[in-house]
Amino acid sequence: MSSADVESPFKRVAADFAESRLALVGLATLILILIVAVGAPWVSPQNPYNLATLDIMDSKLPPGGHSLDGMTFWLGSDDQGRDMLSAIFYGLRVSLGVGILATVIALAIGLAVGLVAAWSGGWVEVVIMRLVDLQLSFPSILIALVLLASLGQGVDKIVIALITVQWAYYARTVRGVALVERNKEYIEAATCLALSTPRILFHHLLPNVMPPLIVIATVQVAHAIALEATLSFLGLGMPITSPSLGLLIANGFTHLMSGKYWISLYPGLALLITIVSINLVGDQLRDVLNPRLQK
Amino acid sequence: MLVFIIRRMLQSIVALLVMSVLIFVGVFVIGNPIDILINPQADQAEIARATAALGLDQPMWIQYWDFLRHALTGDLGRSFSQNVPAVQLILERMPATVELALCAMLMAILLGIPLGLVAGMKPDAWYSKTIMAGSILGFSLPTFWVGLMLIMVFSVFLGWLPSTGRGHTTLLFGVQVSFLNWDGLTHLMMPALNLALFKLSLLIRLTRAATREAMLQDYVKFARAKGLPMRRIVGVHVLKNILIPIVTVIGLEFGSLIAFAIVTETIFAWPGMGKLLIDSINVLDRPVIVAYVLIIVCLFVVINLVVDLMYSLLDPRVRLAGARA
Amino acid sequence: MTVLVVENLKTSFFTKAGVVKAVDNVSFSVGAGKVLGLVGESGSGKTVTAFSIMGLVDPPGRIVGGRVLLEGHNLLDCDDEAMRRLRGDRIAMIFQDPMMTLNPVLRIDTQMKETLRAHRAVSREKAHDLSRNALGRVGISSPDERLKAYPHQLSGGMRQRVAIAIALLNNPRVIIADEPTTALDVTIQAQIIFEVQKLARETGTAMVWITHDLSVIAGLADNVCVMYAGRIVESGPTADLLDHPMHPYTAGLIASIPSRNPRGKPLAQIPGMTPSLLRLKPGCAFRDRCARADAACGVAPDITHPTTARTLRCFHPITATAETQ
Repeated sequence: MSSADVESPFKRVAADFAESRLALVGLATLILILIVAVGAPWVSPQNPYNLATLDIMDSKLPPGGHSLDGMTFWLGSDDQGRDMLSAIFYGLRVSLGVGILATVIALAIGLAVGLVAAWSGGWVEVVIMRLVDLQLSFPSILIALVLLASLGQGVDKIVIALITVQWAYYARTVRGVALVERNKEYIEAATCLALSTPRILFHHLLPNVMPPLIVIATVQVAHAIALEATLSFLGLGMPITSPSLGLLIANGFTHLMSGKYWISLYPGLALLITIVSINLVGDQLRDVLNPRLQK
Repeated sequence: MLVFIIRRMLQSIVALLVMSVLIFVGVFVIGNPIDILINPQADQAEIARATAALGLDQPMWIQYWDFLRHALTGDLGRSFSQNVPAVQLILERMPATVELALCAMLMAILLGIPLGLVAGMKPDAWYSKTIMAGSILGFSLPTFWVGLMLIMVFSVFLGWLPSTGRGHTTLLFGVQVSFLNWDGLTHLMMPALNLALFKLSLLIRLTRAATREAMLQDYVKFARAKGLPMRRIVGVHVLKNILIPIVTVIGLEFGSLIAFAIVTETIFAWPGMGKLLIDSINVLDRPVIVAYVLIIVCLFVVINLVVDLMYSLLDPRVRLAGARA
Repeated sequence: MTVLVVENLKTSFFTKAGVVKAVDNVSFSVGAGKVLGLVGESGSGKTVTAFSIMGLVDPPGRIVGGRVLLEGHNLLDCDDEAMRRLRGDRIAMIFQDPMMTLNPVLRIDTQMKETLRAHRAVSREKAHDLSRNALGRVGISSPDERLKAYPHQLSGGMRQRVAIAIALLNNPRVIIADEPTTALDVTIQAQIIFEVQKLARETGTAMVWITHDLSVIAGLADNVCVMYAGRIVESGPTADLLDHPMHPYTAGLIASIPSRNPRGKPLAQIPGMTPSLLRLKPGCAFRDRCARADAACGVAPDITHPTTARTLRCFHPITATAETQ
């Protein structure tokens, strides 16, 4: 194969990714959601957390209903008179913010720990990996619940819980790639004199480790968002001052039985669409970046 | 083989000890054990007495030793809210959770493996893509939301199935079970389905990936060269190969099923260990929380051990490693 | 009596990067009890030829032309089910690496008996007997033990004998062996070749022996076809071809055998590399590496018959024996 024909890996990945229409739809939806979430204060018809704009008389209106001052509640209003659409936008903001923040920090921590383990070798590596294995053998919800039970409530505690649940995945992946690279390093070490410095590791390790890490991170964001929603639903999550979609759903739970489904359903749908889009993208990324399935 | 078993058991014991240390540290060192183990509503004298009785004024390692000793005899404190030994509370509710988990696992296996096989054999067919799209939906939907939707559709709109509780139970080998009578069955169906959905999607994806990889292997081509019908190739050659990792995953996931039951039990008011945990967290009944964690940890370690042993039995390369001709 | 006739076989792979003509107008025939050697470097299209005959070419590959006549019937006209019945029964194949081709989680007897029972109704006992006999025929001692074993418990040579035994089980008319001894020790290789030759003579089975190793061909094959870049460049009776090669590539292959080189002299090599089949230039594929090439070689040479038994694709064949020293 002549070297003139090698395309940039990024282009190849993008081209392979685009083969799945479903994944493209997911990506488009995701971008839309991100824009809405970031721009919530500007996109929402109403700021649902500014108590001054709320009127209890507007409460529990079905979708399409109108407020006393002429605003249309496209998705209905909740029991406090909040516009569901606005609440969902703000909720998306919180859910996505917490999920992405936790994932990014967990990735950084996992990467660092994995690198340390790989570079140190010996008993340091063994201890770290045992810890990783131990943590990974327990379901995330359990770890999160126990952490929150002992730490108490609050946004920061939730983020800590989400980080704790995730970091081990990244650490394990990094160390796995490092094992493969380490064997190759011996061959190189025979010919060049330089010791295996962190620099070499960065040069060789990072490009090899990024693809699986990206795939994991994508899926983990979805997982973090779902976990946070679950925790909020159970009453252990976000405080009422900055409700995520999970809390919105929880609030609407009681009204489900009396037929006022929109208070729970629409936040639920928003959550759904977000998670599904992320998973569609992550799925296709994983298939595209998996060397064993390359034809 | 025996060496292997003994080694794994020793590893499990070490894991248990490590976990007990972690929990001990979490409760006694980081947390304030006085808050955790003594009823916050007790008065000063009561607290002093309980502190002495619990040995909280002793040096750390003596406390750990006591903790361990009590744990081994099953004494993990008394529930604040119900004033019975915490362990007893949990064990009472365990059968309900285990039944739910087993039922969910069964559903996931009976549906997941066949669907995954089909999707793996012809990955580009329209039905395979539909199955995969469905599976993405299955593990994207948060369990609690699915539960809500199930209740909304089947209880509120259609009125077919009851939305809460366990219904009638019948006695089987000394435990109460739901599946042996019709009322219990209708109560069991939705929570089990809810719990099963996530695992079902996981199993489909796992089976499909494993099947796809297996179909590319040389032994499949060789089997075709021998003129074997596809039925046999997939049903025996491929299945036996992929069952090994799949069974391993199923075993390991069973533990997580028990954990995820927490959410399902809360939504459907199923009287199991999970619901007990949430209720306890809400009323700050800490001995129960500690007891739950310890019991679950033991359960996990045991499950991991059993799965490891099963794996070595199933894979002839591991089982007969010592018997090379 | 001619058992297998391949006429103008063409198989191409339609990939995203372009069309690869893996088998380009290949023709040969094999008689009962005779061994045909198919020689070429890796990537010359030998294995694809074998798969094409067996009907095991998978997408993106497809047979695009020619005929494959097994005792007069064109295999390419057969539907999937008819082809399946023929495979393993009338026409069998031995693959290169027996560790990959035997299913690691199934016992040897299972993998042998299923080959029998896929094609005719035999009782389990009869199948067992037939399997045991087949193992004996390929020189495996204590066959009963081996039958109960798993592939990883046998040595490489024994596994390959099992593969050969499986190929022989249904007394096929043709056996295609794809580099069956490449992965084995030289001593085992010699044994197996000897036994295979004996079996072919005894049972009247026609054999196609694919290899890159000329020395194997010299000791085994009655006739040889030399393949290069998907085409047969030369063919004929083994002794004649090896003593009087006409195609420069064949001459190059013979010259590069290490034992033919005088000691101390640098090893003879064919300059250049095998061309990529994706970017094959028109004309003779060997042009760029041939010392005798000229402008005339810009057109692909057709098949000629320099003698009745020999075929050749070359404008500048070697006629003097002196050139091969």
